[in-house]
Amino acid sequence: MVQLTLPKNSRITTGKTWPKPEDATNVRKFQIYRWTPDDGQNPRVDTYFLDMDKCGPMVLDALIKIKNEIDPTLTFRRSCREGICGSCAMNIDGINTLACIYGLDEIKGDVSIYPLPHMPVVKDLIPDLTHFYAQHASIMPWLETKTNRPAKEWKQSIEDRKKLDGLYECVMCASCSTSCPSYWWNGDRYLGPAALLHAYRWIIDSRDEATGERLDELEDPYKLYRCHTIMNCAKTCPKGLNPAKAIAEIKHMMVERSI
Amino acid sequence: MRYLTDRKRAEGLGSSRHGTDHHWQMLVSSILLCVLVPPFIFTFGIGLGGTHEEVIAYFGRPFPAILTALTLIVGINHVKYEAQEAIEDYMGGTAAKLAYIAVGAFAYTLIAAGLFALVKIAL
Repeated sequence: MVQLTLPKNSRITTGKTWPKPEDATNVRKFQIYRWTPDDGQNPRVDTYFLDMDKCGPMVLDALIKIKNEIDPTLTFRRSCREGICGSCAMNIDGINTLACIYGLDEIKGDVSIYPLPHMPVVKDLIPDLTHFYAQHASIMPWLETKTNRPAKEWKQSIEDRKKLDGLYECVMCASCSTSCPSYWWNGDRYLGPAALLHAYRWIIDSRDEATGERLDELEDPYKLYRCHTIMNCAKTCPKGLNPAKAIAEIKHMMVERSI
Repeated sequence: MRYLTDRKRAEGLGSSRHGTDHHWQMLVSSILLCVLVPPFIFTFGIGLGGTHEEVIAYFGRPFPAILTALTLIVGINHVKYEAQEAIEDYMGGTAAKLAYIAVGAFAYTLIAAGLFALVKIAL
């Protein structure tokens, strides 16, 4: 259900301003969301200054530099540093994206970094993705077959394999789902663009034999039909995918089998 | 407090196995409105500005009367579908159910009142 104001304990306050680096000429200001469950305080935005002549080109480089050299309590997820693991998804300069592949040169002025919007926060820039992952699990993200397993492999034509392009690349970073207003308001029931893109990836897979069951499970005003083609998902996807198109294809298949 | 697994919480009560009909009806009514609204505006515009007798006589003709009736039925039904979408988006619980019923009742009342007026004028 829609919630237009933040609860009192989620309202952001002004945080600590850390000192500027000495003898630096190319300084950049970073404003970063901070919250810890340990002190009972409201979230705050801390201000950091970095010498850009001694910092890597990506937002994740800046975060790691802040953590290593200024404030070791700053908490965020990261792993691969090349846009494959999807761990470092956060809201940077108002856009949900991966910190590791988002260049600091793409941002004008100060850099503001928040966790993915409208999700419970575990700490600082780490959102709680438990429900998001459970929704992904609910769409059965695996090959479901009824025919006896072949001796060697499940065969697929080149044309059918091509249908998976633009779908299999999703790294489940949650940037799309957390940019979707429908997911903000009805995230408990609406599966969201990421889970639906994965659902379509298995529906369209020529080797999968549970197409009907998969469509049955999705046919619901909330699970699927909360998508209103707002397209925030496609706009924000750091991998350049188009979940809205995948959802439209699922709706098309729903109509195909009904009419 | 309920001890539910994450998977159970995500799946909730499962799929309701409907929703496509609503989606399809909205598509169909959108397309029908694209066809109906331009001639409706044109014919309604012709009727405007005349004397009472002229307007009564105009809507007594089959084409403007049927076009108006169709636009009324399709248009209000489309508004009903969209309002129901908005309720599903922004409301929850009992309030949503009551609003859903209220929107349906209001839409059908509007259609009935509009058709009654039209029939009274046309016949």
